[in-house]
Amino acid sequence: MTALIIFLCLIMLAIIIVQYGKFRELTASIRGEEEAMLESNNRNAAFGMFFMISFLVFCVVSALYYRNWMLGYGPHTSASAHGHELDSLFNWTLFFTGIVFVVCHIFLFWFGYKYKYSKDRKSLFLSHDNTLEVVWTAIPAVVMCFLVVNGLIAWNNVMADVEEGEEYMEIEAMGRQFAWEIRYPGADGLLGERNYKLFTPTNPFGQDWSDEKNLDDFQPTDIVLPKGVKVRVRITSKDVLHNFDLPHFRVKMDAVPGIPTHFVFTPELTTEEYRQNLKEYEDYHAPSDPDDPESEPLWKAFNYELACAELCGKGHYSMKRIVKIVEPEEYERWLEGQTSWYDGNIRGTADDPYANLSERTEIPAFLAGRIADEFDAEAQAALDATDASKKTVILKHVYYSTGSYSFSGITEKYYLSRLLKFMKDNPEVKIELAGHTDSVGSEESNQVLSENRAGAIAQYLLSNGIDDSRFRAVGYGMNKPVDTNETEEGRANNRRTEFTILNAVTAAAGEAASDSSAAE
Amino acid sequence: MASVAIKPGTITDPDDLIIEELGYDDHFHEHHHGDKYQSGFIGKYIFSMDHKIIAKQFLITGMFWAVIGALMSLVFRLQLGFPEENMAWLKPVLGQWITVADGVGRLDPQFYYALVTMHGTILVFFVLTAGLSGTFSNLLIPLQLGARDMASPMLNMLSYWFFFLSGLIMFFSLFLSTGPFSGGWTAYPPLSALPQASTGSGAGMTMWTMSLVFFVVSVLLGGINYITTVLNLRTKGMSLWRMPLTIWAFFVTAILGLLSFPVLVSAFLLMICDRELGTSFYLSEIFIGGEALDYVGGSPILYQHLFWFLGHPEVYIIILPAMGLVSEVLAVHARKPIFGYKAMVYSILAIGFLSFIVWAHHMFMSGVNPFISNFFVLFTLIIAVPSAVKVFNWITTLYGGNIRFTAACLFGIGFVSLFISGGLTGIFLGNSAIDIQMHDTYFVVAHFHIVMGVAAFFGMFAGIYNWFPKMYGRFMNETLGKIHFWGTMIGAYAIFWPMHYLGMAGVPRRYYRFDTFDSFSHFADMNMFITIAAILTFGVQVIFIINFFHSIWRGKKVTTKNPWKANTLEWTTPINAGHGNWPGKIPSVHRWSYDYGKDGKEYIPQHIPIQEGESEEH
Repeated sequence: MTALIIFLCLIMLAIIIVQYGKFRELTASIRGEEEAMLESNNRNAAFGMFFMISFLVFCVVSALYYRNWMLGYGPHTSASAHGHELDSLFNWTLFFTGIVFVVCHIFLFWFGYKYKYSKDRKSLFLSHDNTLEVVWTAIPAVVMCFLVVNGLIAWNNVMADVEEGEEYMEIEAMGRQFAWEIRYPGADGLLGERNYKLFTPTNPFGQDWSDEKNLDDFQPTDIVLPKGVKVRVRITSKDVLHNFDLPHFRVKMDAVPGIPTHFVFTPELTTEEYRQNLKEYEDYHAPSDPDDPESEPLWKAFNYELACAELCGKGHYSMKRIVKIVEPEEYERWLEGQTSWYDGNIRGTADDPYANLSERTEIPAFLAGRIADEFDAEAQAALDATDASKKTVILKHVYYSTGSYSFSGITEKYYLSRLLKFMKDNPEVKIELAGHTDSVGSEESNQVLSENRAGAIAQYLLSNGIDDSRFRAVGYGMNKPVDTNETEEGRANNRRTEFTILNAVTAAAGEAASDSSAAE
Repeated sequence: MASVAIKPGTITDPDDLIIEELGYDDHFHEHHHGDKYQSGFIGKYIFSMDHKIIAKQFLITGMFWAVIGALMSLVFRLQLGFPEENMAWLKPVLGQWITVADGVGRLDPQFYYALVTMHGTILVFFVLTAGLSGTFSNLLIPLQLGARDMASPMLNMLSYWFFFLSGLIMFFSLFLSTGPFSGGWTAYPPLSALPQASTGSGAGMTMWTMSLVFFVVSVLLGGINYITTVLNLRTKGMSLWRMPLTIWAFFVTAILGLLSFPVLVSAFLLMICDRELGTSFYLSEIFIGGEALDYVGGSPILYQHLFWFLGHPEVYIIILPAMGLVSEVLAVHARKPIFGYKAMVYSILAIGFLSFIVWAHHMFMSGVNPFISNFFVLFTLIIAVPSAVKVFNWITTLYGGNIRFTAACLFGIGFVSLFISGGLTGIFLGNSAIDIQMHDTYFVVAHFHIVMGVAAFFGMFAGIYNWFPKMYGRFMNETLGKIHFWGTMIGAYAIFWPMHYLGMAGVPRRYYRFDTFDSFSHFADMNMFITIAAILTFGVQVIFIINFFHSIWRGKKVTTKNPWKANTLEWTTPINAGHGNWPGKIPSVHRWSYDYGKDGKEYIPQHIPIQEGESEEH
């Protein structure tokens, strides 16, 4: 029914339009074509002038109305060092084109008005004027030269890649349908190798874990960058084209699958400084959520944003990431809170090429550091513990050749060396080294093996200068399992060597412990 | 009106007398006695080989597509202007693409992108290439050159029917269950190449590619014809330097099309190989849909080079005919010669040449070596020089004229205004450094819609209002024409001017909604304003469509052969010219086409011989 009414209305409208046109034609023929034509001519010439003036006024007024929201104007200065150059080039272009725009429009409509049809006047036979033509070919040519030269200088400055020996940091932004993935290089400052065939849900960057540069790479939620440090963003894509767009920093570059691109820029204003700039403007004191007058003012809610500016599918409009620019000190603090993706999601899983350390004699520095840190933390915890049951540390990375008690893999170089250091650093500590086995094999042979294995560590300490009064080696055979012997996993847990700190709880440690429990 | 050979002594019209006396006799009626081969309805109106009918076919098909394309833009403008509104009322038309949840209908983002893509494809190719150049090149090249028809009427007919076929395929693709192609009218791979990346890249993309390949066939058949006709079928006395600027524009347009469209086909061919045969021209190292694909070593940027090698000349294929039409219309209605005729011709040639060496300015931010961009910036900004010359010449053409503000003339003036506004923003975008910020924002949308979208439409409207009497023997209603003009002029600026501010705020184009980003969400009011302006402007176009079809049958009849008192040869043909255009001899040409106001005479048509004491110099 509604559709029918709308349809009928449209037909009515069409009839009215046609009839109006007919009516005008008819009145014209009654009053005389010539006179009607003249009248309409004058009216349209006047409309032209009116249009031109109101159009130019509208242009200026609307530009003023929006000045606080356009990048480059009002509070929206460039937040990167190179952006100012682009903004000034924009303004120069605006200056020249603005003049041409206004002057051409004035002449176009003014000539139309001035030379509207008149019966008494004959038009000028003016077919060309070479001088005039040369002049108005030369003027735009000169202006274009100015813009081209300045444009290219700016362009080549902005697009210059980092030079060798220059100080910069590199991060990677990878576009995918429909989000940006961000990767930082970690402590080594180097991004590890990737391969698009290695993408899995637990490996969102397709990192090749056998490349040790990857082990410390981390993937934060927000892009956090220190102010004043040159950043080279390596821009890549997992699937289709994307575009790394940071409007406040005048940064934009396509992400192309198979062809890494980059953009180099230096953030100049921290997020907080930018907010303070916005605060100066009345417009930014409005609530950030228009429906909630109590919400934060706009200036306070401001954040730099990363967007996608190349059509990449149906979620193209939603690829947002927050960008935070902070002072270098704050950046350092933020860095400390980040966990590498390898540590958090890969280490010890089936994807970890370093899962089996009993075969490896060399491991990357990053992993050695991790193992050392863990040992140190566990040893320290045992040292500080007041509860006797917590004085024991399992020696996770002590490996023996099958059925023997000679060390294999990383045991001596990367692990026992930490125990040695612990003993040297804490000269008062006395320990018991204990060997355990699972229930496979005879009790007798297990007893012998456990004694020998504990003894091997004792031998290691002794030959490295630790006095034998500070440790003793004991074998417990299969008598002290920590897990079931029914499963392979349980048996693996039962085959172990460990050490227990024998010292009584020191006064200082006890105090610290009671302090911390009091704090709780 | 059937063309019958005129018997001597029966002619009363003084123009016809001159033509009979001085014209060229090609014995047309002895060869084509009675025009039997297109006497039936099908031969005359459907599979016609008469260039005038083919022109009308192009025009009306173009108008059909323009309405479809415009309605699509209204739907996605509703989404952008009123993102929270209930769109359930569109469900009867859009079906599955409106998802209704809690009684609120939402436009599917996938279909939003399909609409954007189809809008671009349809408007650029079907409306502003076929509808504009196809219509007026066909209509005016033989008529203004004094030719009976195109060099090959048969190929000309095929040109239309390939266009029709291409349109048919595109139209059917709209109804695919996976949706029409939705990867943007530029169809950048890998998005366009992989159905896993977007459902529209499956059957939708296959049909899109097929459609455009047929479209290119159409353009090439037309283009070969236009070029051959201009070079070989000019009447006696019609030297190149006496041709009206319309013909110059169509001529250069056809050359551009002939040189650039085949490159598009080769781009598509490689795309089809990648899609169907598993080659890796454009694809490399892609992990999508939970799977690492086998493509290695291809470059998506290669496609962009090939595409824009057509794509940039394409914008001049669109705008040059409009420029030609406007030059002619302004001169006729200002009653003055076009100012700087030779400069205008050289500008067209310069623009045509430069259009081939600027394509990578669409790709400054695509990952090409920044060093290469230096050359493209230089050539791109050089185009501003011939363009500026043209603008200054149009304005000076008005100076000292005796201007009749007909609807055609108004659209001509409107074209110049739009070309100034849109051309100047090109100077920002052509400068790669500024393009870093402006690339793929609404600033670009504003720029190209004003300069090659709306401006080309204005050229087309100027042409339609001006040559409607020649096409149908009737006038369009002038009052409605003027309402149409002012409504469109104000409406077009109301739609596209504010978009510059969006672009300057960094708002990216092709966003389904803006509220994901705080930086882009401030402009809800402006987007609403733009949408309302678009709806009203579309309403104004309805007036034009009614006026057009009503006038075909009911418009005021043309009573004189030359209602605008113009100089070009089409106005020496009978009011309703039959096949062959001139009933008797072909007029011969003795002067250029812009002798307006010369020696105190209001106008001197081209077929009038140089009088005693008159110099041909101008």
